[in-house]
Amino acid sequence: MDKPVCETEVEIKNTDGLHMRPAMQFVDIANHFDCEITVSNGENSVEGKSIMQMSMLAATCGTKLKIKAEGADAKQAIDALRELVEEKHFDEPLPSNKKKKC
Amino acid sequence: MEIKKGIAVSPGISIAKSLVIDSEDYRIPRRSIEPSQRMTEIQRARNAFHDAIEELTKLKAAKDSIEQQKIKDIFAVHLRFLHDRSLRKKITDYIHSQLVTAEYAVSTTLREIASHFSKIRDAYISDRAADIYDIEKRLLKQLLGRRREDVEHLTEQVAVVARELSPTQTAGFNREFVKGIATDTGGRTSHTAIVARSLGIPAVVALEDLTEIVSGGDTVIIDGNRGIVIVNPDAETIRQYQDYSQEFAKLEHKLDALKEKPAVTRDDVKITLLGNIEFTEEAELVLQKGGEGIGLYRTEFLYLNSPTEPTEEDHYQAYAETVSVFKHRPVIIRTLDLGADKFTQRKRFAPEPNPFLGLRSIRFCLQNLSLFKTQLRAILRASLLGDVRVMFPLITNIQELMQAKMILRDVMEDLDEQSIAYNKDIQIGIMIETPSAALMAPTLARDADFFSLGTNDLVQYTLAVDRGNELVSTLYSAVDPAVLRLIRTVIQDAHKAQIDISVCGEMASEPEYVMLMLGMGIRTLSLAPPMLPEIKQIIRSVTMEECNNVARKVLTMNSERQISGFLQDAARKILPEAF
Repeated sequence: MDKPVCETEVEIKNTDGLHMRPAMQFVDIANHFDCEITVSNGENSVEGKSIMQMSMLAATCGTKLKIKAEGADAKQAIDALRELVEEKHFDEPLPSNKKKKC
Repeated sequence: MEIKKGIAVSPGISIAKSLVIDSEDYRIPRRSIEPSQRMTEIQRARNAFHDAIEELTKLKAAKDSIEQQKIKDIFAVHLRFLHDRSLRKKITDYIHSQLVTAEYAVSTTLREIASHFSKIRDAYISDRAADIYDIEKRLLKQLLGRRREDVEHLTEQVAVVARELSPTQTAGFNREFVKGIATDTGGRTSHTAIVARSLGIPAVVALEDLTEIVSGGDTVIIDGNRGIVIVNPDAETIRQYQDYSQEFAKLEHKLDALKEKPAVTRDDVKITLLGNIEFTEEAELVLQKGGEGIGLYRTEFLYLNSPTEPTEEDHYQAYAETVSVFKHRPVIIRTLDLGADKFTQRKRFAPEPNPFLGLRSIRFCLQNLSLFKTQLRAILRASLLGDVRVMFPLITNIQELMQAKMILRDVMEDLDEQSIAYNKDIQIGIMIETPSAALMAPTLARDADFFSLGTNDLVQYTLAVDRGNELVSTLYSAVDPAVLRLIRTVIQDAHKAQIDISVCGEMASEPEYVMLMLGMGIRTLSLAPPMLPEIKQIIRSVTMEECNNVARKVLTMNSERQISGFLQDAARKILPEAF
């Protein structure tokens, strides 16, 4: 029986990008789930549960990331991570409209 | 086998397995391990992670106020890194596949990650490299801290090899087990040097990259008499050094008895033996070893030991303290001789493309008059306290000497105006350490009260050899016939002008060169204090006639090899136990 696979694409929206604190939030949530999580920026694919690997992606504002989860709780993991990045944008400020969009 | 030359700071010979102490403030050198040590190193790395997490958790818990929230956040990120399984795996895999120490694996892996961050153009992210360096340090502190504790609980004899040692570290060494000390940094004046001397542990410092060459457990020979460290010596070298070490111990014993006896040849020619020092603390050592004064008082430490320029009072205090040890025996103070050496280029002055031919020493002083005058004022004031003489280094022509003397006269006039007393007849000498000075000795002698042959620079400038460059260092020799021709003319010119001449370069502390120097007309030698008894012993074993014969023969020889071979044989005949 194949493991459930779930995928989504998100865009980093907060001004400062995926720096240390957002990376920490991301892996903290990822680590709540049993499924395997990989994150890709098109060039590199890394483990979503490793802060070292996630921070090395160096995703800046505007970067699109593909998140893929494999395992029983894949769906829940994807939902939670998408909410963090796209809706909560890590509880961080977005670029103001007057400034150039990133 | 690899031979490294440094500065001998504490005499004696040690042959022992090395114990390398790295520093978390400095790049960790690559050190290989045996496949059988893999699991030990991997476990060390794991323990380091474990202990670092524990330490950081405690630190984080202690920061409980709101203002400290930021620091808490940073610690939280660091903790995530320390808990990161893929980071840990990267490090243990590295140890496993590359066969290196845990320290090296931790350092390399984290620095690789840091450099990845610093390359990213986004400033917010590239700044994160600092976090990674911080994590690296925290892990290394765990790994190295254990090593340091190891040194305090030794059960076998070792030679301690380190980038640098703190005075507390050195002072804590157990003499029974720490048989030798060798460090990359340091000078004659470093705390390590002073502590090593007082503990009687042979030590060599300023070996530059020794810690990168030595792996823990390598056999090293530390020759604290000659300033040499030999890494992984071959069987023949070990045997030679074992013999040398035994002889040295015997000789040392015998030499102690020589202290009160005069330095005279068997046919009653008096030789003056002086000490080279840098530090006031060394003055006592010169006396202990039977020196009759200071032939070379280096003053660079005053400039190097503090971040700001030394004041006149700083100079005066140091000089006064040293002179008080010698009362009315000579103390020759050499004015600032900075430039071109390892300290200065990076520390105070902008790097020059060719520093040895650049703005150094007296040239620097003549272009920085207020700095120069400050030192001269202090020397003049100290001249009242004893037999203080002043010596200018690196003179290359008569104008420089005239200029330096003019500035000294200016300073004297200033002192006169302020009614500050000094010795108006202070003797003024120069170092002869460039071929141009040697060739112009008759002219220079008219304006100098004494000459001192600085053979180290004279050899390097005459032979165009940097002895620190191992590709050409074998060409460096004080007994190269070209150098000896220059030395001979300088001695003759000094005698003609009836001024004192001494040798203060390392040549003066080479036992094999003593007969030659005496035979060429030298009557005053100034050398590193630990070597004084040995040189005195040789002087007391020879006659001037023998020395004259040696010099006469050597001056007819055309090759360095022939000369050094001949001098070795001659020395062995006179004093077999010393060679």
